[in-house]
Amino acid sequence: MKSGDLSRTLERLLPGVQKPARYAGGELNQTVKDWDRVPLRVALAFPDIYELGMSNLGLAILYDIVNRQPDALAERAFSPWPDMEAAMRATGLPLFSLETRHPLCDFDILGISLPYETLYTNALNMLDLAGIPLLTADRGSTDALVVAGGHACYNPEPMAPFIDAFVIGEGEEVILDILACVRAWKGGGQPREALLRQLAGVWGVYVPSLYRVHYHADGTLQQVEALFPEARLPVIKRIVAKLPPPLTRLIVPYLDIAHNRIPIEIMRGCTRGCRFCQAGMITRPVRERPVQEVVEGIERALAETGFEQVGLLSLSSSDYDDILELVRAVSARFAGRHLDLSLPSLRIETFSVELMDLLQGNSHRSGFTLAPEAATERMREIINKPVSTQQLLETARAIYQHGWHTIKLYFMIGHPSETLEDVQAIADLCKAVLAEGRQLIGNRAKVTAGVSTFIPKPHTPFQWVPCDTLEQIQSKQALLKRQLRGRGLKLNWNHPQETMLEAWLSRGDRRMGEVVYRAWQRGARFDAWSEHFQYDAWLQAFQEADLDPAFYTHRERPIDEIFPWDHIDAAVKKPFLTEDYLWSLQGKTRVDCRERCFACGILPKFAELRRSNPGEVWECPEVRSPSRQRAAEIIPLVPA
Amino acid sequence: MPEEAPFRYRIRFAKSAPLRFIGHLDLHRTWERTLRRAGARLAYSEGYNPRPRLNLGLALPLGCTSQGDLLDVILEASWESEDLCQALHKAAPPGLIVEAVWPVPASTPPLQREVSACEYQVDLETTAAAAELQEAVQRLLSSDSLPRERRGKSYDLRPLIERLTLETSERAERPRLVMQLAAREGATGRPEEVLLELGLDPLAHVPHRARVLGPSVEPG
Repeated sequence: MKSGDLSRTLERLLPGVQKPARYAGGELNQTVKDWDRVPLRVALAFPDIYELGMSNLGLAILYDIVNRQPDALAERAFSPWPDMEAAMRATGLPLFSLETRHPLCDFDILGISLPYETLYTNALNMLDLAGIPLLTADRGSTDALVVAGGHACYNPEPMAPFIDAFVIGEGEEVILDILACVRAWKGGGQPREALLRQLAGVWGVYVPSLYRVHYHADGTLQQVEALFPEARLPVIKRIVAKLPPPLTRLIVPYLDIAHNRIPIEIMRGCTRGCRFCQAGMITRPVRERPVQEVVEGIERALAETGFEQVGLLSLSSSDYDDILELVRAVSARFAGRHLDLSLPSLRIETFSVELMDLLQGNSHRSGFTLAPEAATERMREIINKPVSTQQLLETARAIYQHGWHTIKLYFMIGHPSETLEDVQAIADLCKAVLAEGRQLIGNRAKVTAGVSTFIPKPHTPFQWVPCDTLEQIQSKQALLKRQLRGRGLKLNWNHPQETMLEAWLSRGDRRMGEVVYRAWQRGARFDAWSEHFQYDAWLQAFQEADLDPAFYTHRERPIDEIFPWDHIDAAVKKPFLTEDYLWSLQGKTRVDCRERCFACGILPKFAELRRSNPGEVWECPEVRSPSRQRAAEIIPLVPA
Repeated sequence: MPEEAPFRYRIRFAKSAPLRFIGHLDLHRTWERTLRRAGARLAYSEGYNPRPRLNLGLALPLGCTSQGDLLDVILEASWESEDLCQALHKAAPPGLIVEAVWPVPASTPPLQREVSACEYQVDLETTAAAAELQEAVQRLLSSDSLPRERRGKSYDLRPLIERLTLETSERAERPRLVMQLAAREGATGRPEEVLLELGLDPLAHVPHRARVLGPSVEPG
């Protein structure tokens, strides 16, 4: 379908679908380039609706970087909601970009964001709606190059059959390397395989079709074999040495999206080492953005967008070295301008009364969130989030005293060795916090408990751990539902079947690709949306693929098992994870690694990078002596 | 240029094609952000949850374009109308066009209370002969009541139609329907309901609201 015809068909469909603005584009600060005069065309896709995709900072950053290239353009695409999908299929309208309304199959590169596993069927659906062959093996030299990135790609294997190249790690620099490869290859008459092999040589790029996976008879992994000299083993994640300046020319959506705010990343990585937390392991080393840069970024972004809210983003805001100075500076600079400041992920033990007062003056939300994750000190030691109950209660008191009425407490059930007593403790702790609130502000005090279910993730110390079974989860949730009712108490939980899906996919191997494909064929999509999630379609897909779901979730994995993601190197080495797992079994904890380096593996891997970026840019210790390893091994070469 | 608070201004604007799927609340937020980008600080209401003092005259049905739409704002400071107009023009997103800005006395009643009717124009995408359409329009106008149902509620469309004409000319390719519909509290005529009553497909037409009747729409 030509762009003009597509536009006409679309204009007729839009009045009949929900929230047509999702598909209309035309927002302030979108970049529209002349299609015919720009040779390199990139579609950036988020496999969920507009409101979620437009809240994704990673996609916005890549959009900006690509559009800054004179010979390249980037346009956006999101998953159509089922009503729009039906209308598109009925009229033969292919999935198109918002900016110039070109079918996605007309682009050179389709970049798909995969921050979490429950987007997989939507990604397949987007390929299908775009008219791009679903399987890498079926694509020819005129088909778009399908690239995926995001945290879920740290275990790329379940999506390996569908993705030409995965980006492992941070995208800001590697996207330009990928563009360079496509630029050099396009129109040169070389086969697609030549491009794929070239890409495999780029630091942080994994091309799954260049590897073969061998399994033992019991279904566990034997070996991942590289089939071409360019195929590296392992594939080391990409990082940027220093955080690039924050994005300020953000697209301003007309629709009310998930996060209506200026997102400013203040810090990347986390030094805490919570054992369940994948983000904390894979985003190391910790790099902070200077206060001045944050303040200037907000100023520029306000002028360019007019947003009413600023989110200072990181995995653990209160660990930012100059957090008080930062919040003071922001409060002073923007006083009286009705700017709402949000500072998510505050740790219980490290934020002060002054910080609370500053936030209260800048924020109009009624709830304050704390994430103890577990309710007993024993359990918090196992997961390495050692906070005393006493400290938690003191913090809660301070929060109620400083004007908040609602405290949200985040917990997880299903931690290793958890018993029903530990679950009971969650209910007890919520009631204890509520009792503190009642004493201070009476019946206005509220506690909302958000209890999710722990899912063991690759590249974490808990990657060996079995996940709770449906029955275990249900009985734990039943206990909480019985206990956490009554005035001032509210409980949110996840549906256990949805937890199962995420658990299967998180630690899946390459064979899981067939399950994803068959589930999609059976109509699975929007798996992250309870109203669309189809548990039975997935169970049937497992059956058809002759795989046992329990193999991926409920099995205790031997300490020496080779995992399907072991050839993906997140730079935190496996022996460190192994040791940390064994420590957890003994209840041994680690302090914040700002206090003491535990040699997780980051520094030897990125020694050269650290040496050339000394000082406070990283929180890791400095590297002074020349590295014993050859530089070429540490920092893979980028193709010229 | 008002000399003392409250500094109240009326903004007349048009909403063109890129904005036709933006609903009332979204347009409200879009204006807040446009004003913020323009450096025009909105005054906020008092109280626990202060809201910016910004008042959009009349909701526009989703899918319509408009001109002569009205918005009243109260600012923290006094502005020259011309300066404010230019700043807003520069800050406005694609599809939002600032037509005029002028100060209005603080005592002017709220827009909603002043609006009495709106005029819509619909360029018809139809092969039906003009004569047949003209007949349908006449039939509609001569009826005493037009009982209809919308979202499960029955109502009479006829008293909401204040004027309805079909304009045809040799030069214009398509006939144009011009309708003046009531827009009072609890009595708002919707253009797509008139189209349905005439046997026309509302999804195939883009109504354009050309005028809001009632409030002052000119400076001075």
